Amino acid sequence: MTGTTATSAQTTYREAIRESIRDAMIRDERVFLMGEDVGHYGGCFAVSMGLLDEFGPERIRDTPLSESGFVGAGIGAAMGGMRPIVEIMTVNFSLLALDQIVNNAATLRHMSGGQFGVPIVIRMATGGGKQVAAQHSHSLEGWYAHIPGIKVLAPATLEDARGMLWTALEDPDPVLIFEHVLLYNMQGDLSPDAGPVDISRAAIRRPGKDISLITYGGMLAKTLAAADDLSAQGIDAEVIDLRSLRPLDMPTILDSVTRTRRAVIVDEGWRSGSLSAEISARIMEAAFYELDAPVSRVCSAEVPLPYPAHLEKAALPQTADIVEAARALFGENV
Amino acid sequence: MPQLGADMAAATLTEWLRKPGDAVKHGDIVAVVETEKGAIEIEIFEDGVIDKLLVDPGTKVPVGTVLATIDGDHTEAAGVSTAPPPTTPTEAAPKPAPRPAEAPEKPPRPEARPRSPADRIKISPAAARLAAEHNIDIRALAGTGPDGAIGLTDIENAIQGTASAGGPEDKSTDTPGAAMRRAIAAAMSRSKREIPHYYLSTPIDMTRAMDWLEEANRNRPVTDRLIYSVLLIKAVARALEEFPELNGFWNEDEFRPARDIHIGWAISLRGGGLVSPALHNANRMEPDPLMAALRDLVKRARAFRLRGSELSDPTITVTNLGDQGVETVFGVIYPPQVALVGFGRIVERPWVVDGAVQPCRIIQTSLAADHRVSDGHRGGLFLSKIDRLLQEPETL
Amino acid sequence: MNDETLKSSLIDAILEIAPEADFDILDADDDLRAQLDLDSMDFLNVMIALHEKLGIDIPEADYPKLFTLNDAIGYLREKTTPAADA
Repeated sequence: MTGTTATSAQTTYREAIRESIRDAMIRDERVFLMGEDVGHYGGCFAVSMGLLDEFGPERIRDTPLSESGFVGAGIGAAMGGMRPIVEIMTVNFSLLALDQIVNNAATLRHMSGGQFGVPIVIRMATGGGKQVAAQHSHSLEGWYAHIPGIKVLAPATLEDARGMLWTALEDPDPVLIFEHVLLYNMQGDLSPDAGPVDISRAAIRRPGKDISLITYGGMLAKTLAAADDLSAQGIDAEVIDLRSLRPLDMPTILDSVTRTRRAVIVDEGWRSGSLSAEISARIMEAAFYELDAPVSRVCSAEVPLPYPAHLEKAALPQTADIVEAARALFGENV
Repeated sequence: MPQLGADMAAATLTEWLRKPGDAVKHGDIVAVVETEKGAIEIEIFEDGVIDKLLVDPGTKVPVGTVLATIDGDHTEAAGVSTAPPPTTPTEAAPKPAPRPAEAPEKPPRPEARPRSPADRIKISPAAARLAAEHNIDIRALAGTGPDGAIGLTDIENAIQGTASAGGPEDKSTDTPGAAMRRAIAAAMSRSKREIPHYYLSTPIDMTRAMDWLEEANRNRPVTDRLIYSVLLIKAVARALEEFPELNGFWNEDEFRPARDIHIGWAISLRGGGLVSPALHNANRMEPDPLMAALRDLVKRARAFRLRGSELSDPTITVTNLGDQGVETVFGVIYPPQVALVGFGRIVERPWVVDGAVQPCRIIQTSLAADHRVSDGHRGGLFLSKIDRLLQEPETL
Repeated sequence: MNDETLKSSLIDAILEIAPEADFDILDADDDLRAQLDLDSMDFLNVMIALHEKLGIDIPEADYPKLFTLNDAIGYLREKTTPAADA
C-alpha cells in the first residue's frame, strides 16, 4: 500500500490508522505505541502490523495483560515528557483502567495547579455487531464524554482515521480516540497527502433541509443510508458526523437544527444517560423555539448486548429504525 | 374566520345560526359567512357550549379573526408554548382553513365537558412563535405534526391566504357575481403566472362504462340513478392513489402531497360563475353514496350554501364540460393545487377494437399539471390509469 | 290529466332546477336542454322532480324522447293516459 501518484489510493480505515501512527512516529521521536499484542501480533485488529519491524521494540511495546498497569505507565510516560499512544484493546477492557483515566489522566493538570499535564492519547476499539456478546460489545465513549479534563474523538471516515491522531498527540491534555470495530475493514479512497485534521468540529456529511440526523463513528454509515431512504420518501435529511464527542460542536449542531427544525440523534450506546441525551438536552436548551417537533433518539435496546446474530441485530440501531424515527417527526406531513 | 380559498383575505359574517348557551357538536353549522363565492356555511369542529359571539352580523373581518368562543371558563387551552396567546383565552368556533387532515381525526369529546389538562393543545415551539407573530388563533387549528401537534406547516397554511390575496380595493357595493368573477380572475391569473402548466390529452373508450351505467340505471328508480360523471370522478380519485404528485398543494417552494383525496368538482353556477367544492375522500366512496353526495353538492353550490371545508379542502379539480358540447378541455389549475382533469363530450366514433371497426363512445380526457411537481411521463401514466379503471366500471 | 296540467308540472319541475328559465322566449320545438343549459345532473334532477309531481318514472332510454318542450309534453301525455298507468 504505497501511493505512487498524486491521486487518491484505495485503502482501509485500518491502514489509515496504521499510517497515522507511522507518520506520528516519524515526525516525533517522543511518540511510541504501547498496548496488548501491538508488537509481535501486529495488533488485535491488525492496526500495528509491521510496525514492530519498522520501529523496533523500544517504540512498539507489547504490554502485560493489565490495563490499569499499562495505562498508568502511559500516564507516567506522558507526564515524564513522552508522547505515548496507548492502545486499549477495546473499550470493554478500559473499565479496568477507569481509575487511571478518570482519576489520574483527567485530573492531574487540575490537581497539580497546572504544574504538569498528561499529553497522552489512548486509542480503543468500541461498539458491537461481531457477536462477541454482552461483555465485549459496549459503546461507552458516551461515558467518557462525561468527564471533564479529557477530549473524546470518534473518527468515522478514512480522512479522520488518518488525520486525528497527530492533532491529538499535539494536544497537551489526554485525548481518547474511539475506533468502531466494524470500521476497520471500511475501504475507500484516501489522498496520499492526507494529513492532520482538526479534532473539535463536527462535519456535515450530507446537507439537507428537512431534518438533522446527528451521529458519530460506527453509526454514520447507517445514518447516511437512512438519509438516502428518506430522500426517496421526500424527506431531505442533513447528516452530521460529530467527530468530537467531547467537546461537542454545538454551533454546528444548533445551526443545523435551527434550519431544519427537527433532529434525530443516533447513538449506539443505551439511551439512558447517554451522549444522545446530552445532545438532546443542549438542543432543547439552546434551540427550543426553533423546534417543530421533539428531538428524537435512536439507541441500542436497553439490554446487555446479545450473542445470537438475530438478537444482536435487533438490539443495535438499524437503518430502518433511523428512518422510522425521522418519519415520526413529520406527523401527517409525510 | 376560516380561510376558504387561496386568495381569500377577509369575509363578512352574515348570520349566526347558534346563540350563547347553545350546545354544539363537531360538524354542526354555526354561522353563515359571505364571500366572493357566495354564502358559505361554517362548520364547527369542537364539542361544547357557545359562550360569546364576538362579531356582529354584517361585519367584515380578516381571516383568522376570532368570531366566537366556546366553553368560556378555562384558560389552559392557551397552548403549551410560552409565547403569549394571540387572542382571547378561550375557544374560537370556526377553523381557519386547515389541511385536508382535520378535526375528524381528533378523538370525540362529550358535550360541554370542562377542559382538562389532557385537552391542552399540542403545538411545537416554532409554530407557537410563528402563530403569535401573525396573530393566528391556534385553538381552532388541527395539527398535522407528530402526535397531532400543530406544527409550522399548519401555521403557514393558516397564514397563507392573508399574505397572498393582494387586497383589492373596497368593493362592498358590488354584485355577488362581480365579486366572484374577480375572485376567479385573481386565482386564474395567479395560476397562469406562477404555475408552469403542461397539457396531456387522451381519448378514453367509455363504451363499457356507459353500457354498465345504463344497465345499472335500468334497475334503479329515477331517484337513485347515477350520472356518468360519478364514474369519471371515481376513476380519477382511484387513479390518484398511485400518483401522489398530482394530489396536493404547492406552497412557497415545495410540493406537499395531500394525505387524502378530495376531488374538487367544477360546478358552473346558473347566471355565471364557477365553484369547485370538494367531494371528500372520493376514492373511498361507492358510486351510490358518491352520486348522492354529488347531487347534494351541486344543489347547495347553486344555492350558495356550501360549507367551509368544501371550499378549502379540494386536493385536485375535475371538470366535465361534455354536456356543453366541447370535445376537449384544456384547464387552468386552481392554485395551490397542482393538477386539473378535464372531460369533454362523449362522442360516438368509429374505433378499432380487436382489428375491427366499430362504433365506440369516446371521451377526450385531459390533464393540466404543474411541471414543477410532475412530468409528462407520470401525467401520461395517470391518464392511462384512469382509462384502465373506466374499462372496468363495475370495480369503481 | 290534460296537456295544460302536464305542461305546468313540467315547467315547475324545470324551474326548480333552472329558476332563471324564461319560457316566454323558449322555442318549444327546439333542443330543450341546450336552450336551458341543462347538464346531465340538471336533467336528472328535472326527471326526479317530474317523478315527484306526476308519479312517473322515466327510464333513461326514453330521455331522447324529451328533446323539445313539445316532445316532452307529448311523452308525458302518453305516460299518463290510463292505459299506460301501472
